[in-house]
Amino acid sequence: MKKWLNVLEKNKRLQATVIGMYIATTFISLYLAQKSVVAFLLLLSSLLFLYFTSFSNRVKWVIGILVLSVLLPLAASQGEAYQSYMEVATLVGIYIAMALGLNIVVGLAGLLDLGFVAFFAIGAYTYGIFATAQANNFMPFGHYPLSGESFWIFLIIGCIVAAIFGVLLGIPVLRVKGDYLAIVTLGFGEIIRIIFNNLDKPVNITNGAMGLASVQPPKLFGIEFMYPSQFYYVVLVILLLTIFIVRRLEYSKIGRAWKAVRENEIAAQAMGIPLVRTKLMAFAVGASFSGMMGVVFAAKQTFVDPTSFTLLESITILVMVILGGMGSVPGVILGAALVTILNLQVLTELTNWLNQLSLSGVVHIPDALSPAKMQRFIFGLILIVFALYRPQGLLPAKNPRFDEKELKSGVTNVADGKEGAKGVYFNG
Amino acid sequence: MIEHVLQTLPQVIIDGLALGAVYAIVALGYTMVYGILELINFAHGEIFMTGAFVGTALLLSFSAFGWLSSMPMLLALLLVLVATSIVTGLLGMGIERIAYRPLRNAPKLITLITAIGISFLLQDFVRFITELKKGNYILTGPSLFTGQVNISASSIWSGFHDASVKSSFFIVLVTAVVMMVTLDFFVNKTKWGMAMRAVAQDRETAALMSVNVNKVIALTFFIGSALGGATGVLFAIQYGTIDPYIGFILGLKAFTAAVLGGIGNIRGAMFGGIVLGLLEMFAAANLPIVSDGILGAEYKDVFAFSILIIVLIFKPEGLFGKVSVEKV
Repeated sequence: MKKWLNVLEKNKRLQATVIGMYIATTFISLYLAQKSVVAFLLLLSSLLFLYFTSFSNRVKWVIGILVLSVLLPLAASQGEAYQSYMEVATLVGIYIAMALGLNIVVGLAGLLDLGFVAFFAIGAYTYGIFATAQANNFMPFGHYPLSGESFWIFLIIGCIVAAIFGVLLGIPVLRVKGDYLAIVTLGFGEIIRIIFNNLDKPVNITNGAMGLASVQPPKLFGIEFMYPSQFYYVVLVILLLTIFIVRRLEYSKIGRAWKAVRENEIAAQAMGIPLVRTKLMAFAVGASFSGMMGVVFAAKQTFVDPTSFTLLESITILVMVILGGMGSVPGVILGAALVTILNLQVLTELTNWLNQLSLSGVVHIPDALSPAKMQRFIFGLILIVFALYRPQGLLPAKNPRFDEKELKSGVTNVADGKEGAKGVYFNG
Repeated sequence: MIEHVLQTLPQVIIDGLALGAVYAIVALGYTMVYGILELINFAHGEIFMTGAFVGTALLLSFSAFGWLSSMPMLLALLLVLVATSIVTGLLGMGIERIAYRPLRNAPKLITLITAIGISFLLQDFVRFITELKKGNYILTGPSLFTGQVNISASSIWSGFHDASVKSSFFIVLVTAVVMMVTLDFFVNKTKWGMAMRAVAQDRETAALMSVNVNKVIALTFFIGSALGGATGVLFAIQYGTIDPYIGFILGLKAFTAAVLGGIGNIRGAMFGGIVLGLLEMFAAANLPIVSDGILGAEYKDVFAFSILIIVLIFKPEGLFGKVSVEKV
């Protein structure tokens, strides 16, 4: 087995054949067997294998985008389960973007934020209020609901509003550190939820616990985005953009400042890093991703209410980051995908299966034990096991290694040096 | 408006004292662990919750066996309190052994994450067992000490309204005071208490002075968790209905109380708990009136968290804490 893997590692052409065959097989099996969730998941996992191949980054990206934008929707579109597959894929995308946002705060800057879902809620309500008749209650001008075309502007607005709240939270938080920070953010998350839950009086802004119903779906060139299969592409584009931004940020000046602050605040300060600005920046950037995804979430669900934004959601996103590996972008993507699929597909499928078994009288599983209710248990277990035995996560973060000689010899200019370093990062 | 606030004041004070006593004892658990390990034991709220469930289960089985009617109520309560505190104390020690000790030299972030994991695990474990046994995870205990006592506050000053209390209030208050006084005595006057204070001051030096640090830490967890579990029983008796998710918010507020009193300071935590309980009840009773119905009683949690945030910003060392300076 190991020998084969070694051969595979060295031979690029063999890798191409294997991955090509893998994608083709899973594609055909999903195309033919529409109801097979396994085939769907296997096709998705081809991206993971792609990550481990030794192609250049550009090739990986091209194949990855091809699989996600053409092959996956095409293979899934042949049966009735199409929309439910796309729904799962869309939610996976939303959670990946959020987990990447939290990864900046927790993984890069080392600030444990337990109220992250608050920013998601802020984004969702920002769009939800103005895309329903709700805004008529307190806005002196304008006619609401705004049309679906405003969705695209609200993506930006959601970002900005969430970032502002991120800074607002950040300012008091800067004076506390470490474990206090976790508690304060936890409190903040609860405060935001309670406020949204009760902001129906004196002026009805959020409609309280009833939530906002029939949010306008987005519109582009007269096409209304109603179905998950359409949202899938919106999320995909935003996600690709997010990944691009996150990767650029990671190696930028601010990204390195975040890592320095994470390792040692006092030392970082001594090296001339402005502590306040760096931390605020982490909060703002992390929050803005979450806020943007909140807008998408509101438009996709067409319904916003406070119960979607509980502490459990915050912890779920944290589990994604811890599982994948703090600070590691590919790791967090993997972690988010795994947790979301576990939540949406595996647990529900397992519950259905067990229900069928107990209906047919094979075994009797008490309702209390049904896997769909075991989320907290599973998440708790993941957190403990990973913190104890693998704190670096499934795909640990790697720092780029620079070849000192190459840099000093001046053969390559700075830009090339950067490219080379990235290659090292990817190819291990 | 002020008239109304004054009228309800006696009732507010009584309810606030009951809640404050609960906060105070749970806060002790946070503050003791923080004093020794500089770690926020997130799972402490869950230990409190487990205590409430264990205690209620014991009381329910007592009444199922018909023991409740055959022995004096107070004796039954005492038995349940002792049994529960031993169970939760051992639970706390186990958590420390499994989840915190291997990580004692790891970054704080990692320890916090295991603590959150433990608390989720406990929540679901308790939910699972209760649901399996009862079919529903919301548990209502046998009603004990339900006699109403009227306190005629209006005879003190005519501006007050009379207050009424369940007789369990006195049980809660007396037990809480006894527990706090005993703990205070234990920490300040006994040899083990001295060892605990020594470890809190400087772990390495204490170890050099032949203090068994691991034992002291385990003992701290045992005492903190036992107190937390016993408080859970008191909470269940006072408020009747419990569910597996009461621990998190209550733990958060108890932590607020600990911070308010100066984290690491045992007497401060007691004081902070009482103050927070009074403030919260005061807010719950008066926020809607003072703000003309704009802010409902639901905002009492927001109020408590705002206190936490304000204290952390302006006086992070708390009311009685010492300022600590971090050195490189």
